[in-house]
Amino acid sequence: MVAYIARRVAYLIPTWIGITLLAFFLVRLAPGDAAHSYFVRVHDRQPNQAELASTRARLGLDRPLPIQYLDWLGGAVRGDLGTSYYSGREVTDELVSRFPATLQLATAATLITLVIAIPLGVVAAIRRNSLLDHLLRVAALLGASVPAFWLALLLIIVFSVELQWLPALGRDGLQHLVLPALALALGEAAVVARLMRSSLLEVLGEDYIMTARAKGVPERRVVIRHALRNSLGAVVTEVGMVFAILLAYSAVIEIIFVWPGIGRLAVEAIGQRDYTMLQGFVVFSGTVFVLVSLVVDLVYLWLDPRVALAQGRGVR
Amino acid sequence: MSVDVSEGRSFQIDPAAPEPRSIVLPARGVLLRRLVADPTALAGLVIVTLAVLVALLAPWIAPHDPARQNVMNRYAPPSAEHWLGTDNLGRDEFSRMVLGARTSVLTTLAIGAGVLTIGIVVGTLSGYVGGILDGLIMRIVDLLLAFPPLLLALVVTGVLGPGLLNLAIAMIGVYWLSYARLVRGLVLAMRERDFVEGARALGLSGRRIATRHILPNVVGPILAVATLRTGQLLLILAALSFLGLGVRPPTPEWGAMLSEGQRYLASAPQLMIYPGIAIAVVALGFNLLGDGLRDVLDPTLR
Amino acid sequence: MSQPLLQVDDLTTTLHVREGALRILDGVTFSLSGGERLGIVGESGAGKTMTALSMTRLLRIPGAEVSGRVLLDGTDLLQLRRRDVRRLLGARIGMIFQNPLNSLNPAMTVGAQISEAIRTHERVSRREAWERATRLLEEVQLPSPARSAHDYPHRLSGGMRQRVVIAMALACQPGLLIADEPTTALDVTTQAEIVDLIFALAEVRGMSVILITHDLALMAGFADRIVVLHRGRVVEEGSVRSIYASPRDGYTRALISSVARLAPPAWRGGP
Repeated sequence: MVAYIARRVAYLIPTWIGITLLAFFLVRLAPGDAAHSYFVRVHDRQPNQAELASTRARLGLDRPLPIQYLDWLGGAVRGDLGTSYYSGREVTDELVSRFPATLQLATAATLITLVIAIPLGVVAAIRRNSLLDHLLRVAALLGASVPAFWLALLLIIVFSVELQWLPALGRDGLQHLVLPALALALGEAAVVARLMRSSLLEVLGEDYIMTARAKGVPERRVVIRHALRNSLGAVVTEVGMVFAILLAYSAVIEIIFVWPGIGRLAVEAIGQRDYTMLQGFVVFSGTVFVLVSLVVDLVYLWLDPRVALAQGRGVR
Repeated sequence: MSVDVSEGRSFQIDPAAPEPRSIVLPARGVLLRRLVADPTALAGLVIVTLAVLVALLAPWIAPHDPARQNVMNRYAPPSAEHWLGTDNLGRDEFSRMVLGARTSVLTTLAIGAGVLTIGIVVGTLSGYVGGILDGLIMRIVDLLLAFPPLLLALVVTGVLGPGLLNLAIAMIGVYWLSYARLVRGLVLAMRERDFVEGARALGLSGRRIATRHILPNVVGPILAVATLRTGQLLLILAALSFLGLGVRPPTPEWGAMLSEGQRYLASAPQLMIYPGIAIAVVALGFNLLGDGLRDVLDPTLR
Repeated sequence: MSQPLLQVDDLTTTLHVREGALRILDGVTFSLSGGERLGIVGESGAGKTMTALSMTRLLRIPGAEVSGRVLLDGTDLLQLRRRDVRRLLGARIGMIFQNPLNSLNPAMTVGAQISEAIRTHERVSRREAWERATRLLEEVQLPSPARSAHDYPHRLSGGMRQRVVIAMALACQPGLLIADEPTTALDVTTQAEIVDLIFALAEVRGMSVILITHDLALMAGFADRIVVLHRGRVVEEGSVRSIYASPRDGYTRALISSVARLAPPAWRGGP
């Protein structure tokens, strides 16, 4: 098991290098000359040839790409993602100061998702074909069809504009968290509940459930102790995914709710053509996703000790 | 097992899952008949067909020029003249919705076709040729799938510069990945099957085996997944347009219309209600149809 | 023969499906006295497992209906509330299922699973239950029982896992053990070991056993009496000797001749 974890952690390194490569070269897709647009932004006029060359040299853009990459990678490893072309601020500082807001939002949304989805999925599995089960099926279809950002706007209309129960904009206290987190969570909750249901049903058909019943174990304990835990594996993988998706989707939600997170930062950076910031954003969020998937794998391992054995030959 | 953060939600392609079963595609008439027999799938089929028809015929359906402004008649309520009223600039909302369908639905279908084509070609190549090529392709796919595609599409569009074409390019560039993995898995499973072994023993060429014997047998599951995916693509396109990465005003597009409508949220909520309903209904149509297709193609899957 | 430990009368299981009613078991009747070893044989699909599950109320298929009487010491299991059946399962009736690879919970240590069987029916401390679990593992001849108790099932071989399942079934000293194809998933050497183990434990504990199998040769060395099932009905019942010597039913004859060609039954003698 230790070997498995070690291998899994070691696997992070090439993935992370891949992410930095992606971030670095993605930004090079941008049309136009970075030095030129930088100069225009700073001085608000067209540069002449000499000014362009000196700007290029100052930004390090005159060196070969691999050198530029390695130089930048060296900084990234130490947590230095460069300086914003637009605001002149440290990219890392900006990301780190904005990340807690995003993390808070995504965590709250994930928790709401779980709190709604797991009990609902369990009840739907036990009371199969009941009204609740059918309603859940409809809700899951809607959850996969209704855009979260539209749901967000509807929530604002109902709870902020009409009822005036909850604030819609900004981040100032827990009541500001409710609407954006709900907007993110509701659709996912229905989908995860369906997954919980099918996963639990599958496990309830396993032989060891019969064994437990044949021991005389009460049904409630059969479901909770024997079936639920073994069916959570699929759900945990899904929750890791949900967390990542919510993190990604928060870009849209943060714009709507004026939530000062990194998603909003990225969208702002696009508007300002702030490519260093975007590049830093890719590395930063990529790192977060890779760590999330590591945590998911470890939880999975804890839930199902067979994983280490089955995957002993190589990670994934 | 690392986290696959693709947005296809109603189905999951788990890399560690057992090899996908092959599904023999029923004859064309049978497929349609079985779909029609299932009320939910039929509803999906009707919605999708209607949406595509409206999108194709939009210029002939729209009663007004969607760009013509009339500042004297802003926020008009629904009437015989303006079925859904007028927007903040006095433009006919119904006409804008209809032409919005053209942009939203047709762009989605184009993106869907693009990702499907690339996914099938790369996935088949990777699964059938195997070896170093397979290893390399799957490494790249895995790496890119470490990101939620939505974020990647956001950043790529941002770098290329906002605009409908760039947005479509970015989405195609990102969303083919999980198809490639799905197709590769199906092809790998197929390769081991008896009839493929047989074809190989007969000395058929690799390309012929791949196109004549393997592809037809993986079409079934891909068709169901592709339909579900198209619904997701519609939502993603709307979300990124909402962020201002898609069409430029005054071109009507549902996501962009939502974004405009957001500004008049309190005074004229209908302006964001209509496009939202349209997006949800069409996405629902694709989801219903995809669910139905999956049931029809493989009743044991549920 | 004294008053039977178990009396199954007219056990009938009907499956109601959209197309109509399907009779899976049709009037299955047999009895078992204390300390007796009964074999239920028949090919797959004959209704052997259905009999075991229907008797013990473990059949959980939507639309399935069970009728008849299953008297355990005079109490009809089919009339009891589910909660009361649960008190008997594991305590008075121990069960072993076909596939040891799947019949243990992968997320619980084997010690915990045996302890659970004990603590479900008896008020004992965790520690005491664990100690008893370890002793049971020793009794079923698991190598290094104290350490194995801490193992998860996937660390054990198929034969070892089946020993764990046996230990679990015996945990509360049941008077009746129902073993449904306990050796099918195992290799030949292990099969013999497991059957011998069940036989020996039953001897020592004076336990009645119902052994369900499609393997007549296995049955011949084990059972006092045999019930032959075919398409959900009992087609023949009698002592091993009499059935082997003169099978009355055509189906039984066919079953025996198919085995006889492979291996002569190893006689162990009746009571």
